[in-house]
This record gives sequence, C-alpha cells and structure tokens, in this order.
Amino acid sequence: MSLESAQTTAFTNGRSIELGAIPTLEFDGFEDAILDAVALGQRVAALFAAPSARPGGALLYVVLADDRENRLGVTRTKIDGDSFPSLTPQCPQVHMFEREIAEQFGSSPTGHPWLKPVRYHRSWTGRDAWQRPAHEAILAGVTDFYRVGGDEVHEVAVGPVHAGVIEPGHFRFQCHGEQVFHLEIALGYQHRGVEQAMAGGPHARSIHYAETVAGDTTIAHATAYCQIVEALARCQKTARAQTLRGVALELERLANHVGDLGALAGDVGFLPTASYCGRIRGDFLNMTALLCGSRFGRGMVRPGGVVFDVDDARVAELLRRLDAAERDTAVAVNLLWDTPSVMARFEDIGPLPRQVAMDLGMVGPAARASGLARDVRHDQPSGIFRFAHIPVSTYDAGDVFARAYIRWLEIQQSTAFIRDQLSAIPAGEVRVPVGPVAPNKLVVALNEGWRGEVCHVAITDAEGRFGRYKIVDPSFHNWTGLAYALRNQQISDFPVCNKSFNLSYCGHDL
Amino acid sequence: MTANLIHVLLLLVMPPLLAGVINKTKAWFGGRVGPPLLQSYYDLIKLARKSMVLSTTTTWVFRAGPVVTLAAVLMAGLLMPLGAFDAPIRFSGDPIFFAYLLGLARFFTTTAALDTGSAFEGMGAAREVTFASLSEPAVFFALLVLARLSGSLTLTGMLHGPMGGFSAATAAPLILVAIGLFVVLLAENCRIPVDDPNTHLELTMIHEVMVLDHSGPLLGVILYGAALKLFIFGALLLHVLAPFQTGVAWADWLVFCAEMLAVAVAIGVVESIMARLLMRRVPYLLTGALLFCGFGFLLLVR
Repeated sequence: MSLESAQTTAFTNGRSIELGAIPTLEFDGFEDAILDAVALGQRVAALFAAPSARPGGALLYVVLADDRENRLGVTRTKIDGDSFPSLTPQCPQVHMFEREIAEQFGSSPTGHPWLKPVRYHRSWTGRDAWQRPAHEAILAGVTDFYRVGGDEVHEVAVGPVHAGVIEPGHFRFQCHGEQVFHLEIALGYQHRGVEQAMAGGPHARSIHYAETVAGDTTIAHATAYCQIVEALARCQKTARAQTLRGVALELERLANHVGDLGALAGDVGFLPTASYCGRIRGDFLNMTALLCGSRFGRGMVRPGGVVFDVDDARVAELLRRLDAAERDTAVAVNLLWDTPSVMARFEDIGPLPRQVAMDLGMVGPAARASGLARDVRHDQPSGIFRFAHIPVSTYDAGDVFARAYIRWLEIQQSTAFIRDQLSAIPAGEVRVPVGPVAPNKLVVALNEGWRGEVCHVAITDAEGRFGRYKIVDPSFHNWTGLAYALRNQQISDFPVCNKSFNLSYCGHDL
Repeated sequence: MTANLIHVLLLLVMPPLLAGVINKTKAWFGGRVGPPLLQSYYDLIKLARKSMVLSTTTTWVFRAGPVVTLAAVLMAGLLMPLGAFDAPIRFSGDPIFFAYLLGLARFFTTTAALDTGSAFEGMGAAREVTFASLSEPAVFFALLVLARLSGSLTLTGMLHGPMGGFSAATAAPLILVAIGLFVVLLAENCRIPVDDPNTHLELTMIHEVMVLDHSGPLLGVILYGAALKLFIFGALLLHVLAPFQTGVAWADWLVFCAEMLAVAVAIGVVESIMARLLMRRVPYLLTGALLFCGFGFLLLVR
C-alpha cells in the first residue's frame, strides 16, 4: 500500500482536501498510479480534465476508489498540447473517460482503440480531437459505426426515435439472422451542458441542475451535490437530516426497482406483475411525495440538510403505507420467480461475466449481479450509511435473471432499512445554515443511487467558485456493459436485456 | 338464405368485439378496468377518418398488401361454416382454396413489409414466414383428420362431421387436433406466447413490426383483417372443440356467439398467465402443434 500513497493523496468520501496537497505527477507516474491501483483491485471512479493556469494546457485528475479500505485516492498530471498516451489498452475501464476528455478538451488519447465522440458537442477549448471543420454542424449519432462484412450479415438500426415514450438513443446491431454479433450504442441526444452550467457555481440554479441530471435519480444526485457544498463550507448536518436523506434515497431505489421488475415482466409479456408493479411503483413515489410534496423528490434535499421535516403522524402514515406496499410487492414479484415461462425468458439471457464487469468498471446492481460486491453505501459510506449498514446483495449469474433478482433482494433490504430508520428518527433540526465555500479545494462525493455509483467531483478556484465540476452518472460506466451483454444473443432479447440494465440516457448525456 | 345473411353479418361485424373481450379479460387479470369493450370499433372508425403517410420508397405493393390481405381473409370467411350452419360458399376441395387464401394473405402482408426496405419489417417478414412454414402443415394435418373422419372434401361437410355427429371412438384424434389448432390460432393471430400484440418493442415483434409503416385507413384495413382472421380460426376451432347443436336456428346462432366469446376469454386467460416464449423456442411450440395434428392423423390411418 505504500506504493500508492506516495503517488496519490488519500481521503474519504465527502471530505475536502487542499488542491496543493495533491501531487502533480509526470505522466508516467500518473499512469503507474492508475495501473497499480487497478491491479490492486481499486476502481477508477472518475478521470477527467480540468483547465490549467497555462493557456492550452490541462490537468488530468483521477479519483481512485479503494473499496476494501473505504478510502479514495486522487492524483493528477499535466498534459500539454493536443494528445496524451491512452491508458485504455491496459485499463479498459477508463475508455469512456478518455473519449470524454478528447471531446471536451480536444486532447486525443493516442492509442485509444475506439476513439469516437461521446456526446457530439463542440470542445470547450476550440481544439477538436477529430479535426472536424468549425462550420459543420455536429449531429448526435453521426459517426462511423463498426460494421461486420459479409452477404448474410445485416444491420439493424434502432432509434433515436422509439415506438414507446422513452429517451432517445441510437442502437446499431450487426446481425446474422436473429443473432447479434455486435451492438454499438450512440448517445448524446440529450446533452444539455450540465457540467459547464455548474462551473462558476455554486449559485441558485446549481441544485436544480443537480436534481435534473437524471430525473429518476433526483435524490442521489442532489445529495451528492449537497455533500460537495457542505464539505467545502465545513457544514455539519444534523443526524435527523441525514436520516431523512437516507430514507428518501431508499424510497427512490424502491420506486425504481419495483418499476423495473414490472417493466421486465411487461417486456416478456407477463401481465400480472407488469400491472401490479406499475401500481406499486406509484405507491412508493407517493410516499416520497408524502415526505416532500414531489413524487420524484424534487426540493427535498438542499445544502445543510433537507427542507421538509416529518411529524409523528406522517411517520406513522409512511410506515403504514410501507407495510402495505411491501406485502403487495412480495406477491407481485414472487409471481415472477414462480412462473416457468418468465424464468425461461430471464435465465441465461444477456450474461455479463464477472471478469468483464470488473474490466469495464461496472457499478450498481448490474455489477452486483455479476458477482462484484460493489456498493457505495458499504464501501464508501457517507451520511446515515456510516451508522446503519445495509448488507450488499450479490448474485453470480450476471444474466437478466440475476439483475432482476438483485433488485428484489435490494427491495427487501431497503424496506427494512426505511422501517428501522423511521421507527427511531433522531430529534433535532433538519437544516442548518451553510457558510461560504472554501477556495482551492477538491471534494469527491459518492452516493449509491438506485442505478449505482453517483460521483460528483468539485474543484474550487481561488475565489471559492467551482473551477471544474465533474459528474459521473452510473450509466456512464454501464452502457458498455449492455453492449457487451448483447454479444451472441438473440436480437429479440435486446429489449429485456436493456430493461435489466435500465440505464439513463440523460444521466450519460449530461 | 337467412343463415347466409346472418353469416355475412356476423363475419363483418363481430370480429373486432373479440379483441375487446380479450383485452377486458387481460385487464381483469391485471386488476385494471381496461379499454371499453367496443374500443376496436372506435379505433377502426378513427383510423378510417385519418389521412395516410406513405413512404417515398414504397410502391403499389405496399398499398395493395392490406387490401389483398383483407379480401383474401374475407373470402376465406365465406368458406368457413359458422356453428351449426353451412358456409355460404362450398364446393368439393374448398379446404385447399381456404388454405391458399390464407397463404395469399400472408404473401401480400410480407411482401408489403419487404417493400418498405426497412430492416425491422424485413426481420418481421422473415419471422412470419418461418413460423408459418410450421403452422400451415399443422392446419393441413388437422384438415386431413377431419376429411378422413367425415368422408367429405368440403369445409362445411368436414367440420359438421358425419351424419349423427362424431362417435366416441374419434375423440382421441379430435382432442389432439383441437390442441394443435389452438396453438396455431395463437400463433397465426400473433398472441402470447408467440407474439405480443401490445408490445412497443420493435425488435421483439412478429406481426406488428411488418405493419409499422402503414397508417390511417390502410392500418385500419390491416387491423380489421387481423380481427377477421382470429374470428375464422376461432370458428374452425369451435367445430372441433364444441360441436353443440340445439336444432333451433336462433338458439344455434346464440350458442355460436357465446362459444366464440368464450374462445376470446380463453385467449385472454392464456395471455394473462404466461410470458412470451424466447423467439428461438417458438418453432418448438409450433412443431408441437404440428405433431399433435400429425398424430391425430396417424391414429386414423393405423
């Protein structure tokens, strides 16, 4: 362990460190720091560029998560000019981060095997990694797709406009009859420029940007943002506020997991669970509304705590509804496992082997379904999760069934957690005032959203403003996993595979 | 004459009601209210009043597809006796005509799909004809069994059976044929477990994906044709499954309508209690149907 401590600065989730305390390594040292850490079983939680003082230059930051030691490590290097050596060949999990750096800063990772745009926007620096002319519009999904040759191979293009009311994304399949050889996913249709909008903050709009990074992950992203601000302002939240945040986060998980199980049932045409889970998802959303007036938790979490307190009557009502929803969920979901025709559609479909999940840096239920015990609530706990532990649910099959079953396990864990927390809420205020933000700091806030690790990184400048605000939605890690899981599968199984991951388009597109 | 008029009237008017009954049954299982019983009629009226969007890559085949399909299915409906009554059109060898009319309908539906040049529609057409190559022989075996049992070569004669009705000795092949025909009915009418009529997921569709590019009145024609086809297969199945007759004309018509609605309920129940099959397992199911009908025939020729 001494090896990495020389190269990286260790800290924990939700704590700020001085920018000056972060070593600036030569690129070789930076590369070694990442490769050594990954070899020791650590993950790359974020790899991003930030503008440096020198015009045209940039600083590369990496945030490494040491899940066994419950620690984070950060280090950085300078890159000059328009290229840097790619780490992807040795460390595949950084491949999307490097593409993102190329797109945002116009610095090409040389040797990257799959250097394509991520979100199809102009770079922030004026340099372009693909030398696209400035007068030509950059359109999402317009790129050279990987193609398989041969007379019997055909190409199927799905999206960005879909038959259902879902988010836009483009899926390009190379098929041999019904068999998928290769799937390439092109996103970026929902790019709104959240990271740029966050820069220069915190301002009045910042929390709203955070809440809408991905609408179904409002609580997790808002909490991560608030942890950043609170760490920078050295603000001490009350235990009551932390408990309520935890309850809101788990309610968000419950609503989405139940909705996903219903949608999985709907995709294989199994109506009872599809109908009931659709309704029960609404019950959980309404419980969030009972907490804060918004079914999706908007306006609940704010820097300093939460906005809405609960009284005893409300807690009693929440517990009553939780019991009812728990009973209904058990009936509706167990019907899935007891119906052979459903199990035939889930088992052995879209497998993602453990090693591949590890190489790709998968997070959340998708990683846990492939046997990786990765859960921020356990590995990098913050807030209430430092005191109340939720067991990590894992499964080893990595198929659609495993991803569905993980959700059912987590539904049970989250329900028990909420019941425990609501039964014994600490007394006190729910919100404390937040002071000004400290200058020249770096903070990392990690949160286990229902889809996986939500990572926010903020770097403040000398005036106490966000010089760089980096957001990593779990979907950013996991989309590649979906593409991999489709290999050699039936194309007709794509929808159910896709639903078993249920990734966010807007969370990826930012 | 009256029977012929009622036949034509039922054939034209009743089919969309079946979809309503199926949807109500499914809604009941799901604890929902569901769409109105007559929703399919409203949809057809709505579609008839809409304008059409025609892709510039399509030719007359695309427009002819739904019309030819509907005409062929209507014609097939006139060959199919309903309940205790004879079909309006009947001649020796009409089962072959019946099968080929349905084949023609399928040919034009798939050709119209291929005419769009869309990868989706091509995929759907490939699936449709692949599965049809298994379900059509099943129907032929079923017709062989019935022809052998009744000694007749008209659909009316075959389905009404020999004078005095079928004997108990013929129950075994008839049961096998009934099972086979029910599976074929589900497959041919894109119901679960073969296809999901409600899905919005193009990649999983069979029939729906072939008609994605049709809109307005042409889509209405397709939906109406699909409902007719379900009605005809239902009528075929009822002859084997429940050949009850009262001898009183009005009562026989009532029995037929009630039985037809019961078939719709049965389809709704199947759709409510099981998931779709994996696409690559659908041929196993259809092969099963083929074997049921085939063994029914073997029992007779032993």
